[in-house]
Amino acid sequence: MSEHHVVSWKVYVAVFLALCALTAVTVEVAGHDFGPLNLVVALAVAIAKATLVVLYFMHARYSPRLTSLVIASSLAFFFILVFLTLTDYVSRPWPLAAAG
Amino acid sequence: MSETAAGAGSGHAALQHHFVDLEQQKEASALGMWVFIAQEVLFFGGLFAAYAVYRHQYPDAFAAGSHHLSWKIGFFNTLVLIGSSFTMAMAVYSAATGRAKRVVTLLLATILLGGVFLGVKYFEYGEKIRPCFGDGSHAGCLVPGERFDASALHLEGDPGGPAQIFFSLYFGMTGLHALHMIVGIPIIAVIAGMAWRGRFSPEYYTPVEIVGLYWHFVDIIWIFLFPLLYLVGAH
Repeated sequence: MSEHHVVSWKVYVAVFLALCALTAVTVEVAGHDFGPLNLVVALAVAIAKATLVVLYFMHARYSPRLTSLVIASSLAFFFILVFLTLTDYVSRPWPLAAAG
Repeated sequence: MSETAAGAGSGHAALQHHFVDLEQQKEASALGMWVFIAQEVLFFGGLFAAYAVYRHQYPDAFAAGSHHLSWKIGFFNTLVLIGSSFTMAMAVYSAATGRAKRVVTLLLATILLGGVFLGVKYFEYGEKIRPCFGDGSHAGCLVPGERFDASALHLEGDPGGPAQIFFSLYFGMTGLHALHMIVGIPIIAVIAGMAWRGRFSPEYYTPVEIVGLYWHFVDIIWIFLFPLLYLVGAH
């Protein structure tokens, strides 16, 4: 039996404030043009926010390792879905010609 | 309450007979919700993959469509939803520390913030849908289809096909997200009712914890939708 973990409410307040600050950051960086890096910057901020939510609000940091395995496999299959789809579409002429 | 060697909480009214103790029961329930969320990641994943393909292909139409959305409204709604995640996290904390009345208040606050989010979304949708039925305003119809009006998007020499794809994804992704909130709100209401009737204690508050996981997941989806839909290209 794992020990019962109750995180201090101060952690939740800190995470909430960090999420608000990162939302302001994502709007602020959208005002600058980093060229092709625009999407990378936007996603980096979003991933940072999602990580905070998963680790603290969803208690993944204090959960059994099996939970981490479910999260990791979910992300792995998501990346397979997006990455393999893109390798296909990015390497083909567009619009896709009718095969006949 | 009979405490046996099996562990704390055995003999608790909420303990199902096939679990050793409440801790094991809670871990099993949480794992079930995590597996459901893993499935949800792939459910939304199809839309994100479609988004990636079309944004790669039509960056200009996506930037034009995105500029037409109000980032201020999206920003406001992001803060509202993060706020609702915070009240939900505090509800779980209050349940774990045995403050039943506060659990009810915080769950109702979560519902209220969720309602504000959906109200803003209703306003946003209306703004795009109403012109399609000839309300006489200057705004263009932004629902993909025959009446779609690309003129407001200032796309050069473009009939608006790719812009319609952007708005299809906009309605599809935000719509599926909103649907998850519409499903979540009544569930939170039921659990607030259970908290009101004193069904939870620091030993047993699994339903609060589980609905929290779901609500935070819905928040995470929006965390990605906001920059991907409202903040494409430099503003």
